[in-house]
Amino acid sequence: MANVFRPRADLWLRQIAAFAVLASVGGTAALYYYGPPEYTRVGYAPLQPTAFSHELHAGQIGMSCLYCHSNVEESPHAMVPPTATCLNCHNQVRANSPLLAEIREAGKTGRAVAWERVHKTPDYVYFNHSVHVKRGVGCVSCHGKVNEMPIIRHDQPLSMGWCLECHRNPEFALRPPSEATNLDWSPPVGQTQVEVGLHIKQQLAVNPPQTCAGCHR
Amino acid sequence: MSTSAQDSLARPLLVEGGRTYASLTDLVAGLVERKPPRWWLPAFLASGALATVGVAMAAYLISTGVGVWGLNEPVGWAFDITNFVFWIGIGHAGTLISAILFLFRQKWRTSINRFAEAMTLFAVVCAGMFPLIHMGRVWLFWYLVPLPNANAIYPNFRSALMWDVVAVSTYGTVSLLFWYVGLIPDLATIRDRTSGLRQKIYGFFALGWRGSARHWREYEVAYLLLAGLATPLVLSVHTIVSFDFATAILPGWHTTIFPPYFVAGAVFSGFAMVLTLMIPARELYGLKDVVTLHHLENMSKILMATGLMVGYAYGVEQFVTWYGGNDFEKYTFRNRAFGPYAWAYWTMVSCNVLSPQVFWFKWFRRTPWAMFAVSIFVNIGMWFERFVIIVTSLHRDYLPSSWGMFIPTWVDVAQLAGSFGIFLTLFLLFLRFVPMVALSEVKGVLHEQLEHAHAEPPPHPASRRKEARS
Repeated sequence: MANVFRPRADLWLRQIAAFAVLASVGGTAALYYYGPPEYTRVGYAPLQPTAFSHELHAGQIGMSCLYCHSNVEESPHAMVPPTATCLNCHNQVRANSPLLAEIREAGKTGRAVAWERVHKTPDYVYFNHSVHVKRGVGCVSCHGKVNEMPIIRHDQPLSMGWCLECHRNPEFALRPPSEATNLDWSPPVGQTQVEVGLHIKQQLAVNPPQTCAGCHR
Repeated sequence: MSTSAQDSLARPLLVEGGRTYASLTDLVAGLVERKPPRWWLPAFLASGALATVGVAMAAYLISTGVGVWGLNEPVGWAFDITNFVFWIGIGHAGTLISAILFLFRQKWRTSINRFAEAMTLFAVVCAGMFPLIHMGRVWLFWYLVPLPNANAIYPNFRSALMWDVVAVSTYGTVSLLFWYVGLIPDLATIRDRTSGLRQKIYGFFALGWRGSARHWREYEVAYLLLAGLATPLVLSVHTIVSFDFATAILPGWHTTIFPPYFVAGAVFSGFAMVLTLMIPARELYGLKDVVTLHHLENMSKILMATGLMVGYAYGVEQFVTWYGGNDFEKYTFRNRAFGPYAWAYWTMVSCNVLSPQVFWFKWFRRTPWAMFAVSIFVNIGMWFERFVIIVTSLHRDYLPSSWGMFIPTWVDVAQLAGSFGIFLTLFLLFLRFVPMVALSEVKGVLHEQLEHAHAEPPPHPASRRKEARS
C-alpha cells in the first residue's frame, strides 16, 4: 500500500507541536507581563488641562497635602480641590500668568476644571481615605513621592493583590499618623520600619480586614 | 437466535449472524465510508436547530443576566444544576462500560463501549455548560482555576464546588483520552480503506498506526493503564458532585448516603441513556449482529440492579429521617412526598423504582421496544430525581418566612431542550464520522468465538481458565 503521508509529515507534525507549545508558553508569559496593573496602570501620567506641578507645590514650596486635599482625614474621598482653593493664592501670586488662564476662567464661570483622573478604584471597591490616613498609612504608600512629580503619575498598581499584601502585613507601611502627609518621612535612627510599624499597629489596634466584605460591601 | 438456547451452560455468542472479520469490517467501516442513511440529514438538521436554540438561550442569559431564569431566593439552584447533575450522571455509563467492565473481563462490553464512551463525552460537554452559564458572568470562570493573579484571588480548596471543577475536568480529559486511544486502530482501518482527503484526515488521527506487534503491545498497556485510571473516576466524580450538596447543612442535602446513592443513580441514568440511543441505532444501522439481544439483556439487568439501589436509597433516606427524629429533616421529606412538588417526587419514584421492575421478566429484557420505553421512563425519572433533591430541599428550609416556590421560565425550558440538541448533534456527528463499534476489540471476541468455540476440552487447567474469560 502506498504511503499516506510523505516522510516529512512527522517533521511537520513535530514542528507544529513545538510551535503550539512555544506559543502557549509565550502567550502565558506575555499575559502575565502585560496583563496585570503593574504594567497597565503604573506609569499612567496623562497631561492635565492646566500643567499643575505637585513637584513645585508639595516639593519646592512644601505645602501640606492637606491644604488642597482637605477632606482626606475625615472622608472616604481625599477630594480634588475646588477652583477657589487654587485662586486663594493665585489671585495674588502670578495672577496674570497665561499658564493659569483656564483656572481663572473656571473661577469666573464656576465651571469645574476638567482634571484627568489618575487614581481610580473600581466601583465595587469601598476605599476609605480617612481610615488609612488616621491609622498611619502615609500618602506616599499608595501615591508615591508626589512631591517629586511634575506631572502626577500612577505610582503603585492598586490591584487587589497589592492591597491585600499590606492588609496582611501592615507593619511595613505604618508610621505615626502625624507623619502621614510627610512624604519624606523615614523611621527614626535606630529603629526599623517594622519596629515602628508593629508599635503603631499595637497602639492604634490596627486590624485591617481580609474578608471579602471588608472592601466589597 | 444463537444455539446457546439448547445448552444452558454454553455462553451466548457475542457476535451473531455468522460474521467473519471481513464482513464485520465492511459493516462497521462501511457506515462511515458510505453515504449516511436517508434519515441522517433531517435528523441532523433538526437536532442542529435545537442546539442553536441552546446556544441562543445561553447567549441571551449571558447578555441579559441570570434573571431570565426562574430561579431566585430561596431557590438559588434549579434547572441549571439539575441539568448539570443529570448530564454528568449520564456520562457515567461510558466509563463504567469501558473501564470497569474491561477490568472485570466482561467481553460483551466491546460491542457497546465506543458508543457509550462517545455518549459520555458529549454528556460531559452538556454538563460542563451549565455550571459555566449559571454564573452569569462566564468570563470570570478562571476564578475557579488556581492561577496566580493580580487580585490575589485563589480558589478555596475546602469547597466541594472547587473539587467538582477538578473532578469533572479530570473526568472529561481521561474519558477523551481513553476514547481516543481505543479509536486509533479503527481509524487506521478506515484510513487503509479510503483515499484522498478522507484518507489524510483519518490518517492524521490514526497517528501512524501500522498494527505491528510492538504497536499492539504498547496500545494494550496504554489501554489498561487508562482503564485503571478511569475506574476510580467512575466512583469519584459523582461522589464529589454529591458533596456539592452533602457538605451543605440544608435538610435533604446533608446526608452521608449521598455519595453511593449518587453513583448508583449516575450509572442507572447512564445505562438508560445508552439503551435509549443504542436501540434505535442498532435498528437503523443494521448492527443487530454485533449488538445482540444478549447485550441488551445484560444492560437491562444492570439497569434493574442500579434501579434497585436507587430505590433502596430513597427508602433509606426516609427511614433515617424518621429514625433521626430531626424536625426540619422530617418536614423536608414530608414536604417532598406531599408538598407542592409532590408530583415531581412521585414521578421520580414511579419512573426510577417501579418501571425497571418489569425486567424481572425475560420477555421485557429481550424486547427492544419495551426496553426503549423503560429507558425513556428512567431518563425522565432521573432528571426529576435531581430536580426533587435540589428544588424541594431549597424551597422550604429552616425559616418559614423565607419559603418560596420555583417556577421555570420559558428560557429554563428552552435551555434544557437546547442541551439535548447539543448532545444529539454531537452524537449524530459521531455516528457519521467515527466507527461506532470498537472493531478491533470485537474482532478479538470474534477470534475467540471462531477459533475456540468448537475446540475439544482444553488439555490443562491453565488454558481452561483462559477460555472461561471469553
